[in-house]
Amino acid sequence: MAGKRVLMKGNEVIAEAALRAGCRNYFGYPITPQTEVMHYMAKKMVQIGGNFVQAESEVSAINMVYGAAAAGARVMTSSSSPGISLKQEGISYIAGAELPAVAVNIVRAGPGLGGILPSQGDYWQATKGGGHGDYRNLVIAPASVQELYELTVEAFNLADKYRMLVMILGDGTLGQMMEPVAFRDEEPIETIEKPWAACGRNGREKHNTVTSIYIDPDELEAKNRELQEKYKYIEEHEVRYEEYGVEDAEIVITAFSTCSRICKNVIKQAAEMGIKVGMIRPITLWPFPSKPIYEAACRDNVKAFLDVELSAGQMVEDVRLAVTGKKPVYFYGRMGGNLPTQKEILDKIVEIHEGRNA
Amino acid sequence: MAVVFEPTKGLTDKPFHYCPGCHHGIIHRIIAESMVEMGILEKTVAVASVGCTYNCYEYFSCDAVQAAHGRAPAVATGIKRNLKDNIVFTYQGDGDLASIGTAEIVHAAARGEKITAFFVNNAVYGMTSGQMAPTTLLGQVTTTSPFGRDASYQGYPINVSELISQLTGAAYVERVCLTDFKNIQNAKKAVQKAFKVQQAGLGFSMVEFLSTCPTNWGKEPVEAMEWLKEKMIPQYPLGCYKGQDIDFANLGKAEEKEG
Amino acid sequence: MIDFSIILAGFGGQGILSAGKMAAEAALYEGKEVSWFPSYGPEMRGGTANCSVVISDEPIGSPVVNDADVVICLNQPSMEKFEPCIKPGGILIIDSSLIHINPTRDDIKFIPMNASQIASDLGNMAFATISMLGCLSKATGCFSRESFESALYEVLPERRHKLIPGNVEAFDRGAKFAE
Repeated sequence: MAGKRVLMKGNEVIAEAALRAGCRNYFGYPITPQTEVMHYMAKKMVQIGGNFVQAESEVSAINMVYGAAAAGARVMTSSSSPGISLKQEGISYIAGAELPAVAVNIVRAGPGLGGILPSQGDYWQATKGGGHGDYRNLVIAPASVQELYELTVEAFNLADKYRMLVMILGDGTLGQMMEPVAFRDEEPIETIEKPWAACGRNGREKHNTVTSIYIDPDELEAKNRELQEKYKYIEEHEVRYEEYGVEDAEIVITAFSTCSRICKNVIKQAAEMGIKVGMIRPITLWPFPSKPIYEAACRDNVKAFLDVELSAGQMVEDVRLAVTGKKPVYFYGRMGGNLPTQKEILDKIVEIHEGRNA
Repeated sequence: MAVVFEPTKGLTDKPFHYCPGCHHGIIHRIIAESMVEMGILEKTVAVASVGCTYNCYEYFSCDAVQAAHGRAPAVATGIKRNLKDNIVFTYQGDGDLASIGTAEIVHAAARGEKITAFFVNNAVYGMTSGQMAPTTLLGQVTTTSPFGRDASYQGYPINVSELISQLTGAAYVERVCLTDFKNIQNAKKAVQKAFKVQQAGLGFSMVEFLSTCPTNWGKEPVEAMEWLKEKMIPQYPLGCYKGQDIDFANLGKAEEKEG
Repeated sequence: MIDFSIILAGFGGQGILSAGKMAAEAALYEGKEVSWFPSYGPEMRGGTANCSVVISDEPIGSPVVNDADVVICLNQPSMEKFEPCIKPGGILIIDSSLIHINPTRDDIKFIPMNASQIASDLGNMAFATISMLGCLSKATGCFSRESFESALYEVLPERRHKLIPGNVEAFDRGAKFAE
């Protein structure tokens, strides 16, 4: 069946990808618009003998994830914005105890109960920590159902490799839509030994302890420095992005996931009007592709940046940090569950091009 | 010369940090001894919680995971679902289990999770210095009920064992105390019964220990022990609340034969 | 064909979402890029259902459709809601057995067809939306009758293959309205 494209819903593809990646644990709580992940797991996970628990709360679900990860298993949870807020406590503990886990956030519009339609308003929460303490999650933002599949599989490898939480940041569009996806015959699963896991001593000389508490300040500082070293390594080795027509672009769009798809079509329309527009699409939101953005800012042909998001402007702050004031950075965003139309973005590009927006 | 007493392999050599007169040390010891005597030390995973025993994994010599405040039963669920042949227990205080973690303990019990909860009820928050707990007695003075717990203002104590025993998924629930040798022996039996229930896959098991907290009660250890007997036991009667009919003598034996 | 967009709308239970999916499957069978995006959440509980389908020779930008090439409506509220979303020169296909109003616009092509009657004649109400897919296919060529039929054989489980001739018959009867 490899190579054959089948029509599937984004949320179901996430679940299928996790199972293919060898994940045998799912703990979650229902919330729109990601419940299909859970429905799929409720059936398929049980059929293959894995663990599926519908937890009493999001808080409990993430702590079941913590427990399963501590025992050495591949584990995931999924939710949407308000649910991910509730999980932040557990996510901080996962970072502190350095446990590998995958969490999916199919973002909906906030704040508060907000709405159930697509949004990218959780960018800050996902990339800047979200919970308490100095920590990072590796955040991946797929832009299609095919990418949802490939990057979810990859997320489990990265989680094990770096012993940290990898977050798949999608939105209601990506989770709810159907698109063709082609599955591989065999997944590139990287099996990593977990000698630190608390799974019973079974003759081991010393007992293993999974913990995030260090009462001694020097010990805790040393632990934090270790974490920061790891994060630095990841910043140097795991940045992923797609670059599109930057070499002769006057305006460079920065957009991720759903927004980047719309922008690609806008770029074609702009070209027909004689305006050269390129795009840098971050695939990892953390680590953020600051370097290619900075390099684009240094190019003579690039006159301005336009950041497009389903938010009031969150990633745009990272873009501005990367551009370091070398070129103006404009912003266009929609909120509440609305998506920008191609025309709206094109109008903005024309404005910038004609210098009306300066 | 005959050995009459020796350290248990279930505990490390690290000296306890607990206050004089506190019962955590006794509880640790009977759990540790039980793990050794039942031959399960090598396959047990403890889940430490938040409170005075946050670092009980430094004393228990089995593998351990430290959980967020109140979440130990959820963490234990995640572990046990993966390690079905292992023994998983949580060690939680009254603030952890009966206040911030009420949802977790109730639902773990309701699911019949094959884990054991050791619940230490000393009617006060120990680690954070003597605040009112969900199990604080009416009239009891704490740092957050300085005029004594007033039912009209602060509500009533929660009887956890009675509550949990109502759930079908809970197979064994017993409340014990540690005020003398006889009660300590009985408490140790309860620990082993709880582990046996887990081994036999009967469902959720819990032992509630009534414990002193001399430091936060503002009492000498002996005086604290008397207070426990006089005040706590009437509110929290000792006894088995669930699983009285389990035939512990033969538990697991039928299974062995079948196997 | 680039980003050819269709909105299907009606009551829940009329087979709107699955008809949209079949349109996408038929186009996918031809090797096209496709996307399908449903209305979701509380709106579903209110009894209305709609979905957007995009068919393209190139990777699809937004699966959410604001300006549709074709709108297919199976009830009056949907027609009132989605008629303004049709591109000038686009097509509005309605089930005239259920909708008794006329469009307000004159810059679109209007195809009323008695889809529910066709379904009723064939003895399966699920065929109403299928007959409208026939009309869509014939009027626009966004996927062929052959692809539709082949996709049905591919997507439906064996035990339901006996339903396919009925589906194709409904499809053909609907196609006549586009002639």
